[in-house]
Amino acid sequence: MSKSIKKESPLTMDVFTAGIWKENPVFVMMLGLCPVLAVTNSVENSLAMGAASVFVLVCSNALVSALRNFIPKQVRITTYIIIIATFVTLVDYIIQAISLDLYNKLGAFIQLIVVNCLILGRAEAYASKNSFGKSVISALGMGLGFTLALVMLGGVRELLGAGQLLGYQVFSLDFEPWIVMILPPGGFIVLGSWLLLINYIEQRKTGKLVADDMASHCSISQN
Amino acid sequence: MNPESLSFIFLNAFLINNFVLALFLGLCPFVGVSAKRDTAFNMSLATAFVMFVSSTCAYGINQILTIFELEFLRLISYIALIASSVQLVEMILKKFSPALFRALGIFLPLITTNCAILGVALFQTSRNYDFLQSVSFSLGAGAGFGLAIILMAGLREKLELSVLPNITQAAALSMMLAGILSLTFMGFAGLGTTA
Repeated sequence: MSKSIKKESPLTMDVFTAGIWKENPVFVMMLGLCPVLAVTNSVENSLAMGAASVFVLVCSNALVSALRNFIPKQVRITTYIIIIATFVTLVDYIIQAISLDLYNKLGAFIQLIVVNCLILGRAEAYASKNSFGKSVISALGMGLGFTLALVMLGGVRELLGAGQLLGYQVFSLDFEPWIVMILPPGGFIVLGSWLLLINYIEQRKTGKLVADDMASHCSISQN
Repeated sequence: MNPESLSFIFLNAFLINNFVLALFLGLCPFVGVSAKRDTAFNMSLATAFVMFVSSTCAYGINQILTIFELEFLRLISYIALIASSVQLVEMILKKFSPALFRALGIFLPLITTNCAILGVALFQTSRNYDFLQSVSFSLGAGAGFGLAIILMAGLREKLELSVLPNITQAAALSMMLAGILSLTFMGFAGLGTTA
């Protein structure tokens, strides 16, 4: 990357809050969908996955940002992937040490954080161009937004699919659980419903259409 | 059917536990490249090829890592392996089919971050498949990915012609469609239990 870095905009609250709602990685940018759908059959799994992703996102973005003037442009993607893979291996072993039960529930999806396009996307699009502090704050916001989305999905799926929330019975025991909600189709349907609802609210608010950015999913600029 | 048999492993990855619709792997290209049937078909060919190459190499690498007790390097070596297989496919395509190379565009390098490919390598390791089982598993996974993405592309081509409410634009409708497709694939679940 070029040495002449443009004058950076100051660190504001916006850097942090953008990721939580306005540029929410799941609902707005549609990044990192695989873990979003795969592990959100309960709130507990969603929280664990969210925490693991926040850890990897913040650490890798911090390191990428700190090293941004030393990484040659040609090999940057490879370097980012290796940095991310290192932190994912760490998180993999940490979760295994804390709770083997949780580790078995999440299975290969912890290791699959490596290929979560959200993390590589943020490293490429933000951390490689911005200062250390801003990158960390932004990564934290993005991570929280990601976790929020996971919990929003996990909450609906656990509530309807098992009548429980975080393991506590919410509906009476007569409630017939909607098994489909904790099965794979439920993930797609609940995410689709949230997106419909968000589109509806946005259009009510602005009165105009949301731009169709279907083609730009996961797009990381490659040379 | 014997769950260890090659044909069952293939069928399991292809239909019963379809990589996209039951295991949620490879969703980015599934949503991103499924607008046209032609591109979807080419994308699934490229992905299946990378899957096959990386899965066979991953088997070898895992053997070496196990001998030297370096299992903690597994993830990093798999990623490096996948990145180089994608590079290989890119070079082959550029040489033999420049049109296809342009059609796939940005999605070709992004196969690297397709979780389905890393998923194949990780699952075959955790399930202790031998070499032939790994090959069968990767072929099944590739075919399953192709089937899902082509089905989706066909549905979306039809939808282009219909009048839809505004709120269903962007990915919302794709997700709903995927949910219904996934529901139909649940029907294959019975295949696995009649042992």
